[in-house]
Amino acid sequence: MKAVVTVTGKDSVGIIARVSTLCSEYNANIIDITQSVLSEYFAMIMLVEIDELKIPFAEFADKLAATGKEKGLDIRAMHEDIFNTMHHV
Amino acid sequence: MLNVTDILETIGMIREENLDIRTITMGISLLDCVSEDENRLCEKIYDKITRKAEHLVEVGCDIEKKYGIPIVNKRVSVTPVSIVGGSISPDGYLKIAHTLQRAAETLGINFIGGYSALVHKGMTEGEKNLISVIPEALAQTQLVCSSVNVATTKAGINMDAIRMMGTAIKRAAYLTRDNNSIGCAKLVVFANVPEDNPFMAGAFHGVGEPDSVINVGVSGPGVVAAAIRRAGDCNLSELADVIKKTAFKITRVGQLVASEAAERLNTPFGIIDLSLAPTPAVGDSVAHILEEMGLESCGGYGTTAALAMLNDAVKKGGVMASSHVGGLSGAFIPVSEDAGMIAAVERGALTLEKLEAMTAVCSVGLDMIAIPGDVSEDVICGIIADEISIGVANTKTTAVRVIPAYGKKCGDVVNFGGLLGYSPIMDVKPYSPARFVARGGRIPAPIHSLKN
Repeated sequence: MKAVVTVTGKDSVGIIARVSTLCSEYNANIIDITQSVLSEYFAMIMLVEIDELKIPFAEFADKLAATGKEKGLDIRAMHEDIFNTMHHV
Repeated sequence: MLNVTDILETIGMIREENLDIRTITMGISLLDCVSEDENRLCEKIYDKITRKAEHLVEVGCDIEKKYGIPIVNKRVSVTPVSIVGGSISPDGYLKIAHTLQRAAETLGINFIGGYSALVHKGMTEGEKNLISVIPEALAQTQLVCSSVNVATTKAGINMDAIRMMGTAIKRAAYLTRDNNSIGCAKLVVFANVPEDNPFMAGAFHGVGEPDSVINVGVSGPGVVAAAIRRAGDCNLSELADVIKKTAFKITRVGQLVASEAAERLNTPFGIIDLSLAPTPAVGDSVAHILEEMGLESCGGYGTTAALAMLNDAVKKGGVMASSHVGGLSGAFIPVSEDAGMIAAVERGALTLEKLEAMTAVCSVGLDMIAIPGDVSEDVICGIIADEISIGVANTKTTAVRVIPAYGKKCGDVVNFGGLLGYSPIMDVKPYSPARFVARGGRIPAPIHSLKN
């Protein structure tokens, strides 16, 4: 199972480091990362594998969201199926 | 493969355009709870509901987290209690209302529907008993919703039932007068009621349904409005396509959530209700969609045409996205729950008469409309009869949920709070249909050929 982690907000130092640390801490394997910075606006999309996650996915999503809040960023972890169903027939 | 644009589009829908799953509703049959003893009946009802829906809220919250999409309501609908209660006393029916309330509190759900009766052709003693205590039941409970079907296209219109409902609405308004007559917000009068509707206050679990079932109501007026805004000055054919594509995407999410909820709760999946259900939040309004389509104000000329097109396009887009579609499916136009409708009433653009015309082309009917508290029972019966006739003649569902707000007059405002929103009191013409209503009896079913 894969999840999509999205980070959006104002660019600041160490965003990727912070998120990847959390991923490794809870055993979410990062498969792919894309990111872009548009006039100080930062958008990163990370595809992670969550089969071996140490905690329930809901808790993992909460931890990421809380970290985002500290930094003034919007961080969401969502199961990839929501994107697949919405955009692919 | 996923691409960045798709991902950001989905996130934008949820974050900025208020995309949500409006409700996961578990329908539960109470047919096996029948008992001659009122206390035993209530006990069995409580046990069945709390057993079947034990994990509903937990699973709903879990799915919400998994997909990162809000699931606003978790609800239960049950077999119309008049069928389960049979000929028990009015007091017995009141006990059932308290039992449903208690079960809803135990489960932690938002509403429970099915305090209902189907009386389109006539009424049993038990149904009379139930209807006689609906006002008390709504006043004494918070989470119980009630609905009564008074007409179908095949049976015609039961005017005797409409008269009883006029009385029930006025009494519910009086009994909940200290709380803006909120009892009436939990009571719907239907024509051609669907048996699998997940939306309150009209949800119940029909007799043709399985023992339990999962029905899901999607939402997303804000997403449709934003898509129309992005489409710019295109013609109406192109605009219909934009709405269809958006409805497709919204419904796919609903289907995903419904399938997963059904699987986890070990309950069959019933239907997706493809409805654009507004909330009072800014950016979550059906009226604003119509205005985005090019109207100066909802309620002005062109409103019915725009709404008809919107309603049709939503269905066309949604149908392919789901394996089973049902319920009410279409655009809802409740007044107090829609910021754009409220504004249209306040500026004098939207009247009761225009709303009635709008209900001929969209789902449901005169919904969450606050009227002066001194409007007579007869006039309320006239409003109901008019609206119900639209449904019967057009072979569609229509409904009335009006709130004659006790002690309030035209121009005042009532605030129901939460998703029920607030509403200016709308003007109602004073001319009485008393003689017509007092005749009672049934309006015969309409003819199905010679259509004009």
